[in-house]
Amino acid sequence: MRIERREEVSVAVLILAPFGAVLGALVLCAGLIAMAGVSPWVAYGEMLRGAFGSRLAVTETLTRASPLILTGLAAAVAFRARLWNIGGEGQFYMGALAAAALGHSAVVGLPLPAAWAVIAGGAMAAGAVLLLIPALLRLRFGVDEVVTTLLLNFVALLFVGLMVEGVLKDPMAFGWPQSVPVAAGLRLPDLVPRSRLHVGLVLAVVVAGILWLVQARTVFGAETRAAGLNPGAAAFAGVPITATLAKVAILSGGLAGLAGAIEVLGPVGYVTTTMSPGFGYAGIVVAMLAALHPAGVVAASVFVATVFVGADAMSRATGVPSFIADVIMAVALLAMLVALLFATYRVRT
Amino acid sequence: MTGGPVLELEGISKRFGALLANDGVTLSLKKGEVLALLGENGAGKTTLMNILFGHYAADAGSVRVMGRALPPGRPQAAIAAGVGMVHQHFTLAGNLTVLENIVIGSESLWKVGMNRDGAIRKIEDLSRQFGLPVDPMARVGDLSVGERQRVEILKALYREARILILDEPTAVLARPEAEQLFRILKGMAKGGLSILFISHKLHEVMGASDRVVVLRQGRVVAERVTAETTPAELAELMVGRAVARPRREAHAAGAPVVVAKALRVSQGGGMALDGVDFEVRAGEILGIVGVSGNGQAMLGRVLSGLARPDGGSLTFEGRDIARMTPRQAVRMGIGRVPEDRHAEGVVGDLAVWENAVLERLRDYARFGFVKRRAAMAHAASLIARFDIRGAGPATRTRALSGGNMQKLILGRNLAAGPRFLLANQPTRGLDEGAIAAVHRELLQARAEGAAILLISEDLDEAVGLADRLQAIVKGKLSAPIAAEAADARKLGLMMAGVWGTADAH
Repeated sequence: MRIERREEVSVAVLILAPFGAVLGALVLCAGLIAMAGVSPWVAYGEMLRGAFGSRLAVTETLTRASPLILTGLAAAVAFRARLWNIGGEGQFYMGALAAAALGHSAVVGLPLPAAWAVIAGGAMAAGAVLLLIPALLRLRFGVDEVVTTLLLNFVALLFVGLMVEGVLKDPMAFGWPQSVPVAAGLRLPDLVPRSRLHVGLVLAVVVAGILWLVQARTVFGAETRAAGLNPGAAAFAGVPITATLAKVAILSGGLAGLAGAIEVLGPVGYVTTTMSPGFGYAGIVVAMLAALHPAGVVAASVFVATVFVGADAMSRATGVPSFIADVIMAVALLAMLVALLFATYRVRT
Repeated sequence: MTGGPVLELEGISKRFGALLANDGVTLSLKKGEVLALLGENGAGKTTLMNILFGHYAADAGSVRVMGRALPPGRPQAAIAAGVGMVHQHFTLAGNLTVLENIVIGSESLWKVGMNRDGAIRKIEDLSRQFGLPVDPMARVGDLSVGERQRVEILKALYREARILILDEPTAVLARPEAEQLFRILKGMAKGGLSILFISHKLHEVMGASDRVVVLRQGRVVAERVTAETTPAELAELMVGRAVARPRREAHAAGAPVVVAKALRVSQGGGMALDGVDFEVRAGEILGIVGVSGNGQAMLGRVLSGLARPDGGSLTFEGRDIARMTPRQAVRMGIGRVPEDRHAEGVVGDLAVWENAVLERLRDYARFGFVKRRAAMAHAASLIARFDIRGAGPATRTRALSGGNMQKLILGRNLAAGPRFLLANQPTRGLDEGAIAAVHRELLQARAEGAAILLISEDLDEAVGLADRLQAIVKGKLSAPIAAEAADARKLGLMMAGVWGTADAH
């Protein structure tokens, strides 16, 4: 038995792969749910009801999906150029922190669109810097960015902890470790009244569209792909590898930082060290399930949000621990990697 | 010396999708014989060897070793029957020693410890017996390519191989190493081993084999005793029609286009190029010959804009190009054909059209957006003009054969009408038909007035194409000689670093 590369990877297979992976993950996790003493049908039914069963549930799911789209795009953009950014979580927090710091008072005098633009720019810059450091370390000294970006997540989180206990601590929060809030007038308007869903969702979807256009149609997109697929040939053809990867790092880190900003300006309003239920890490799963395609990222984000929001409801209804959501995510990621392997390679006997 | 058949293939057929890779192939190998399997790239040679060795199972036909049929698809059975295979791409672990690489796989997984001294003694005996000197304790990563190949051969011999199969054994070797290899193989055959080697190089087949089997489009089209055939006949059998490499027409050269004076480049503590002088004139081909690893790669990198010289001068039409970038090179009218098509020439996973315009993406863009239609049209015109087969603009470049990939690279350079062209090993690994096509294009560019620097290890190619020749040895260049004055003895001396002042200019 041997594994051979397929000459042509069919598009249909690439589109079907994530569905197969998700189905595989749900089937495998059904066993775990059954072990917890609950019928998988009932559990998955509760999960769906929890995610889509009411107007509130739907808006909650989409609220959860909004930052996920951006962290998913951050991972997808970087992975396409073979820059393994595992630091979305840290970049998310740096963006959130920058948004809170700027939004509390610094930009209050500005007209609203300008204030938002400054906050978004600051948050993106904060995320970008956090990724630019490991990216340049790799380009200069060959330091593995998987390790550095991953570890910087903890550095960033501790830094956020330092800030919300220190200079950015909210004096009105009864001693809770949370940052000063952004000015009320700067909060993103709701998309649906009486819900937490805000216009950040629209922004994320628009960003996904722009990114698709950039990747598929622009010189920057073509050079990024060439540099990611074959750096030697790209450099020979005149693509500046260092500059291209640095731009990718800025874009990727910036997107994750923007995710932090819309979470602060949208549903939360301030920064805590527990505000992200793993948006950065889940972004990696989203990017892989999407096969790194921006349109796929939007769909995969909704799926991941469904599982997380639905699992909480399921847990309340059936007693199955909501950790099952993390397990489903992890299994779906593994299944997707296997599916991609079979999409690009075939087994011969 | 030759005896009865030790290996017989009968009616082997293998189909991959629409492609019939092997079609009723029958051949036999006698004891003590060196048999060459000759065929162009894609003729089905490697498939046949993989079937014989059990990597693939044939759709029909049988393999018999010493009269006993081998079960299909079982490499272990082939090894046990005494068949050893040396792959084109070595299957050695660079971080292990020679000893460990050789012993791996032949020791039981469940045995604790191994009989090191016995294994070393056996390797040393085999080294001596077959003239394959190698230090068993050396790390494979530190060995040269030629030495690694010896390790591969020793690995097969260590497992008591009586039949040795070598897939394109000289693809990675320089000429002297290749000649040494064939001397060793002949010695082995005299010692009673049977050897089957795969090649598409006529001079190797003529020089090293006792008998030749020619494969074309998956079928055996001829079988000849080597002493009774000629390279011309074999070439025709292999390609299926008479092929001749084009000849260089006399043609006056113009003004110097690229001039290097005392060019120096250091690399890893040593000097990759050490005071190199040359000039390439309009409408002429300057050939740089030499054994690989003498500075050709660095010369190519400097002229491609990928490396910066430490000293000396390099000019293009009088302008300093010592510090140019690849992009500037392309803009100025310098065409570049890289040494390694796959590593530097094309991005295999991009479409043909993307590779066709990769060097000048900004010329095919407006406001940062790629003009796909114009780029596709350009790719289509390259495909038509340079006869790139099996491809449309949207085909993934990886799917092209080596020859067509090279035509694409040449085409994207020549279509822009370069005034200087660097052609670094432009026909390495190509078959006869593709070589002739590449040569025609180079000569056509020369006739149109381009200055061409040809770096080649293939002496026939260099002498056939170049107007003047310089040899490169340890980063130094000999004085140029006219191609008409080049004979095998003189070139041999030049490549050995023996060059007198009498030959200058």
